[in-house]
Parts: sequence; structure tokens; C-alpha cells
Amino acid sequence: MMDVGRHPNIKLMAYSEIQDVSGYVGNFQVTVRKKARYVVAEECTACGQCVAVCPVLHPDEFQIGLATRRAIYMPFPQAVPSAYLIDMNLCLGDNPIACGKCRQACDKKCIDFDMQDEIVQLNVGAVIVATGMDVYDPAPLDEYGYARFDNVITSMEFERLISAGGPTEGHLVRPSDLRRPKRIGFVQCVGSRTAHSSHNPGGSRGNPYCSNICCMNTVKDSLLLKDHHPDTDITVFYMDIRAFGKGFEDLFMRSRAEGVKYIRGLPGDVTCDPNTGDLTAYVENTTTGRLEAHAFDLLVLSVGVIPRLETELVRQLFTLSRTGDGFLMEAHPKLRPVDAPTKGVYIAGCAESPKDVKDSVTQASAAAARAEILLNSPVIRVEAITAVVNPDACKQCGRCAVVCPYSAIIWEKGAVAQVIRAACAGCGTCAAECTFEAITMRHFTDQQVYAQIDAILEEDPLERILCFACNWCSYAGADTAGTSRFQYPPNARLIRTMCSGRVKPDFVWYALQKGAPVVLVSGCHFADCHYISANRSTVRRVDALWEGLEKQGVRPERLQLDWCSAAEGQKWAKIMRELEVLRLAVTPDEAEFTRQSLTGKRVPTASQVWRLKEPRLATMHCMRCGKEWASVFDPAADQERMCPECRNNGVRVLLDGRQ
Amino acid sequence: MEQPRIGVFVCDCGTNIAGSVDTEAVRAYAETLPDVVAAVRNRYTCADPGQQEIKRVIAAERLNRVVVASCSPRLHEPTFRNCVQEAGLNKYLFEMANIREHCSWVHVQDSEGGTRKAKDIVRAAVARARWLYPQDEEQLPVTDAALVIGGGVAGIQAALDLADAGHQVYLVEKEPSIGGIMAQLDKTYPTMDCSI
Repeated sequence: MMDVGRHPNIKLMAYSEIQDVSGYVGNFQVTVRKKARYVVAEECTACGQCVAVCPVLHPDEFQIGLATRRAIYMPFPQAVPSAYLIDMNLCLGDNPIACGKCRQACDKKCIDFDMQDEIVQLNVGAVIVATGMDVYDPAPLDEYGYARFDNVITSMEFERLISAGGPTEGHLVRPSDLRRPKRIGFVQCVGSRTAHSSHNPGGSRGNPYCSNICCMNTVKDSLLLKDHHPDTDITVFYMDIRAFGKGFEDLFMRSRAEGVKYIRGLPGDVTCDPNTGDLTAYVENTTTGRLEAHAFDLLVLSVGVIPRLETELVRQLFTLSRTGDGFLMEAHPKLRPVDAPTKGVYIAGCAESPKDVKDSVTQASAAAARAEILLNSPVIRVEAITAVVNPDACKQCGRCAVVCPYSAIIWEKGAVAQVIRAACAGCGTCAAECTFEAITMRHFTDQQVYAQIDAILEEDPLERILCFACNWCSYAGADTAGTSRFQYPPNARLIRTMCSGRVKPDFVWYALQKGAPVVLVSGCHFADCHYISANRSTVRRVDALWEGLEKQGVRPERLQLDWCSAAEGQKWAKIMRELEVLRLAVTPDEAEFTRQSLTGKRVPTASQVWRLKEPRLATMHCMRCGKEWASVFDPAADQERMCPECRNNGVRVLLDGRQ
Repeated sequence: MEQPRIGVFVCDCGTNIAGSVDTEAVRAYAETLPDVVAAVRNRYTCADPGQQEIKRVIAAERLNRVVVASCSPRLHEPTFRNCVQEAGLNKYLFEMANIREHCSWVHVQDSEGGTRKAKDIVRAAVARARWLYPQDEEQLPVTDAALVIGGGVAGIQAALDLADAGHQVYLVEKEPSIGGIMAQLDKTYPTMDCSI
């Protein structure tokens, strides 16, 4: 911390917030609001004369309300910058009648009640988002009695109570009578590993994920306690102890060897004797199968990690993505774990997922190294696969800007769409969305794709299955099938696009007209999409095509959709075998009928499924094996569809009563 | 657009491709495709002699498009792009036909079907190559400064690493002090030492 404060290359802007961001990789312009401290930080010597005279008391946030601070304060003694600030929501003001005592007491005269917030403009090439985490508030879990009993505390409160810098200078006492607790219980997974359900609306009772740090934090706490007072009786209630990291199992074993009891089972109820403040936890010990009651002086709730609210603001400013749990999403979960999907932005620490100090440091160093690759190059080259708008053809509808996952297209009503080339990643979903052919994807033009379709279907089209495969996953999955030597029928012909989102509905329509018996559109699984969410557009377009084909009397099953990851060579071979069966069922007469039916018809772009505003009961229909099942379809849920029978991802949503 | 003059280079890849695909038949077929002015078969196209051959034919036949029928572009597209660039062609005028991962390796027992598929793959690649255009990669300047948002342990470490490497760093923290959650912890595992 101190090193940051005195490093010549670091400009520390504490008590400051990001207000606005513009620009793109290598050239971001960031607006920062530096909030007024009312103390000139550079002048303040942290002598503390001001604090001594301040009459206002307030719960101390750093000590989680277990101590008090003044209106003029320093967050904690080792704070960086080492300077006081005035909390203007509490301060009585500079009026001599009201107060103004601190200003009089300050020898350095560095208190300035007229200080204003400062707006600072920064130009930077790279951004590292390290906005951190928050901790779960266990109040809704009433069975633990956190809101009712003084002697039930969170693991964060425990940290302050056992810390030498804490309110009790490290002498652990319990809140009700300030006596040393001799029987201490820990409850694990508080707010973690709890499925969202009707019993857990909005996740108030906890989140589904494992918070990663709480098991080891409790193991550590138990060792600290044994170190301070070996006679302390410690019991830990857990679901599973996850001691997976380097040296973790050793610590866990040490804790057990020191006599800490680990009981598998979480308390279902906690009661408190109002006279003594002593607690009793009732728990089903799932190892012995018995209901047990345990008496404690202090119960510590090992609270989980939750995403921080501020991360959401930063996420929106930089158009980053988040995973279902609310943490930031990486560009790729395995291969680019510290890159954000937005170029030039990197992620470190708990903003990405719950993690401990070591993992945060590791990830931070990785993010710094990734950022340095960018900062060390005088210029960056952008692969020439970006979108180009033809202003003469653009009808200014703005659809392209809506579907762009990178906000790389600027559009205002009545204006021609403009592509920010540096922000464009080249997925091509804008070009597929444009019905006016006003967008050209450099190096993946419509002309090139049509030429490939023509070439593939030139001779005996009924013999050939036309497959669109995205560069990153399904094309790579087909490569994996090759390197693994998985054999499959030789009738598929691939067209590579950067993303399945590039597949314009017209391509599919044209191929079927040209006699293709079966067309496959394939891409990455939802979680793997290399263009954030561009393959969601693929689903929307395929849904529309299925409806449109059916309307023209063409079997919609002849258009297949599937997701295949780069590792799923086995799945690719399976898809190929299944498609061959579909191909063999298409007769020359059917192909001729298709040609006649589709010629001159408008290519459908909108599906009734996506007009739904609310979740609705629907029949899900597997377009591969034909299995049907009932399910609630929620257009906002962003969930990958999958057939429970054959695991195909090409599943059609049939709204009940559509006939 | 100038008239395309396409060269097709069919790779045996030792026996990896030639073992199940009749590469000579594919080469002969490629010669018959529109705008193809040269079709050459190589034992290992990615090796130095193979690349030299591409460069030689580009010069001798004044090729302005190159198709290599070999492995996955995910493997060797950068190799061949460099190769054509060294011969003076824009690297976007290169196209790859994947007749190994997508063909010879997955139709090992079906030489006839595999060879027919390989011809199709080459035909589609040549068709695409006819519509390739030279592209300029845009170059953008980079501001040598970084913004780190958040002064917890991750932000501190990232800022220090970047600063130690000589870059200007702006570390923005919402709270009055850096330190984040870590500063509130007493000791941290696995070392059991002080957090601050």
C-alpha cells in the first residue's frame, strides 16, 4: 500500500469515481470525479489535532460499526493517502457558532471548507478493472439469528475483533458482555451454494456459487484462536470443506490436529438465552445421522462473496459482460481469463469471481502483463475483418447498432450508422442483421459466401450438406474431430465465418433454393461465444427461418442449429452422422418443391417467439430427434436450449395454441 | 478488379493427406477450375521447400491469389500469409482449403468420398479466392498510460507491476484510502501473516 503512495509512476486518486468513458483500445478518455476531502491531502501530516477536537461521533465503517470515528477522520491508521478528510454529511460546519474547531486546531492550516469536487480528464491506453467484491448480509437467514442476537457475528466482524488494529486491540470479546468467548462456533456457506428458488427469491438467502475463500478463512480463524487461547473450544459446521489450494490441506489438517471439531451439517436453528447471551445451535450431524444441540458463547457466520454494486456501473461504462452470477465475464474462460471482451480492458481480482489474496495478486499481475503487451506497442494493428457501412445503401434504421455486442456502431435517428473500427471485433452480426445490404464485412463479404455456396452446390447438391461453422468453436470442434480421427460420413461442406452471427438468413434461404438438402448453422455454446453475445442473434434468426420455412411448406428440420465447442470433436462427428440421416431423407422432388416454394419469397427475419414480452409455457421441439417437452420459455432468460434426449442445441420453441 | 490468377498448392502432408485422399487427382482437378493458372502438389507445403515453391510460382506465373489445400487455417494460415506477403502479395489474398482435419483424417477408410470432398473444398476455396481483395490493416496509436479502477489488493498489485515496468498509472479508488477488503482482514492464509 505504501509503495503505491510513493511510486513516481503512480498517480493515486483516492476518494474518486469514474464518471464517463469514451474512446477505444489504446485511446480511452476517462472522466474522473475527485471528491472534495476538505483537507488538503498533500499538506496534511496526519497529526490528529483535528480529530481530538471534533465533537461528532459516528459508527466507524472500517471497524464495521464496532467502534466510532469522528466527522473528520482517517479510515484507518495505515491509510494511503495518509490524510484526513471531513465527512460533510456529519460535519457541523465551519460557522464559529456551530463548530469549526478542527480548522482552528490545525497548525498546518490544511483544512479547506471551500474545497470543491474536481473533474479530471485522463487519457489512457489500457484499463484494468479491479473493483472488488462485497460480502453477503446474513440478516435474511433468520434461523441463524444474526439480526436478533448480539453474539452472532459475521466473519468480517470477527476479523476486526481479532485484529490488533481492531476496536479491542486484538483481544477477542463477544459483543453482549465483552467477555472472552470460550466456546465458538463457525457456520460455513452462509450466503453461498444456495440455489435460487421460490424459497430464495432474488437470492436473498444466498447465491448458487461457492464463494471460494470462506472455508480457508475459517480454518485460518480457528488456528488464530488456538494460537491466542489454546483452551478455546471450536466447532465448525460445514457442507464440504474445500481446501484445494497449495498448502491449504496442511492448514486444515493442522486445525483438526489442534482439536477443532468439524461437523458436517449446517444449523437449522439458533436460540439465545436472554439472561446469559449464550447460544444454542441445533444441527443435523449428517455423518452420524443425529440431531445435535451445541452450546456457544459466540457464533461466527462465514459469509460469502457477492458482486459489488460499483462494478455494475463500471461494467456499463466499458460495455463489459457479466456471467449469470453477476461477476464480470472474461473474453474466454480458459484461454483469455484476464481479458475483458472489450479490447484494451482487463479484469483482476474479485470483480471477476470470488478469490483469495494470492489468486487476486496472481490475476492482477497477469492483467498488468496483458495490458503491457498493448502499452509497449507504439501502434496496434486491427485485423482487416471489420464492418464497413455503405452510406448510400444505409436506410438509417439502426438495427446494426442494436445487435452489435461491442457498441462499436454509432447510430442516431436519421443518421447513417458509423462503425468505430477499433472497437469492431468483426463478428459480422450487424451485416447479417442489415436487410439493406448496407454493411460489408471485410474479408467475409456476402459475395465471398455466395461464391462458396455456389461452388459447393454446383454439382449434385443433394449429395452435399452445407455447414456454416464459426471460426472459434464449431470450426475448431471439427478440427478436433480430425486430430482425434473421429470418422464420419463425407458429405458435409463447411463455410467458415468468424461467428455464427455472421450467417445472414438469406444465405440459408439461398442454399435451400439451390438444392441443399440440409443446412447446418453452428457456433459456440452460449458461455463460450467469442463475441460476447453475437450468437444470440443467430438463435433469433434461426427461429425466424424455421417459422418462415414452415410457412412455405418446407420442412424446417432441414435447417439445423447446434453449438459445438473447440473441444467437442466427438460431438461434431455425432452431428455429422445425424445430419447424414436427415440428408438421405430428402428426395429430388422435395428439393425441387423447395426451390419453387422459396424463390421470390421474402426471407423471414422476425420470429413470433421473440415478440414475447413475458415468460410463457411452450412446447420445446428438438429439431434433430423430434423429442417434444413442455417448458416455460423466457425470452429474457438468455439460456441455451438443449434437447434432454439427444443433447442437440437446435431446439424450436412452439408457442402453445399456435395451430 | 484485375483478372484473378490463382495458384493452388495441394499438400500431401506426408501420408496425412495423401494416405487417404488422392492428392494428384485433386491437383489435376484444381487445374480445371476457373482462373486457376497453376496447380502444384507438395509433400510438405508448410516446410521451407514448400514455401519456396509457392514464392517461385507466384513470381513465375504472376499469381495474384494463392490457395493452399492442406491443414486447418487455425494452424498454418499465419505461416502462409507471411509466405505470400514475402513474395509481394497482400496477405488477405491468401485462402486455405482444409483437406486434412476436415477431410483426410475423418474419412480414412473412404478414399473415394474423401477425394471427392477434397475437390469440393478446393473448388469452394478457389471460388472464394476469386472474390478476395487486398486489405489494409488499420494502425492506431497507443497512449502509454493505464487506468486501474479499484485500489484493493488486485488493483494495487496491477498498478505496481505496470508502474515498475515504467508505465504511467492512474489508480482510482472510490474510498478515501486504498486497501479494500484486504485491509480489514487480520491475518491472511496460507501464510498467516498480516494483511496490510
